Amino acid sequence: MTPLTGYLLLSALLFSIGLAGALTRRNAILVLIGIELMLNAANLNFIAFWRYGPHPEALTGILFTIFSISIAAAEAAVGLGIILAVYRHHKTIDLDHINTLKG
Amino acid sequence: MHATFFILAALTIAGASAAMGLRNLIHCVLALTLGFVGLALLYLSLGAQFVGFTQILVYVGAIAILAVFAIMMTRSAGPHPQPALSAFWITGCVIAGATFAVLAWAIIRSNIATPTSAQPAVSTNQIGDALMHSFALPLEIMGLLLTAALIGAVIIAMPQNRSSK
Repeated sequence: MTPLTGYLLLSALLFSIGLAGALTRRNAILVLIGIELMLNAANLNFIAFWRYGPHPEALTGILFTIFSISIAAAEAAVGLGIILAVYRHHKTIDLDHINTLKG
Repeated sequence: MHATFFILAALTIAGASAAMGLRNLIHCVLALTLGFVGLALLYLSLGAQFVGFTQILVYVGAIAILAVFAIMMTRSAGPHPQPALSAFWITGCVIAGATFAVLAWAIIRSNIATPTSAQPAVSTNQIGDALMHSFALPLEIMGLLLTAALIGAVIIAMPQNRSSK
């Protein structure tokens, strides 16, 4: 097993854990955290391909990861803002009880 | 494959699965922080120092704290009489397992030839240079996106009745 295969398998496992959490948890905050884990798995892929790719001097993987981390920060802020707004309206963030979009 | 990789991978996976599996939400976020630290150490071991420290600053420093604040503001940290998992959790687990099976099959089947090169040395200088020259436009767009997200998050989280008065 080459090192790159190990990193890709780790990233796939991390992605699946995040997906399982996003699909199965009832609390909206944990669903958001699962999505963050999936984004992190993609970041790990970028870094691993950059490190073991043919042109590590091009820095593309590192810069993609930096942009991806900034997008994840913006996404977390907006997502938690939406969760706060939903909580104010429904008085719960249990996803099994939030089944209407009407205000 | 070094022993470092296995230790850090085990740390990351343990943190991530505990974050998705524990019942108490505060414990979940603490385990998530552990997983993020493991990922940052993986980046450091891969030679991407700047990304590793950015990961610690943004994820461990900001996003985990933000999640703790959201948990406390929505009063969901207390004891839960109802189950923590959704009603159709078996379907979700099957989908996640199938995704991992397909990804792992594809990764193992493809024989990726990796040149055994020396670890590339990247200084923060070079990253700043690239951001200012060849990646200047994405950097500007990112600034615009962050501004829009900041204003949008404040507007969404603001109480509604303030505008109706």
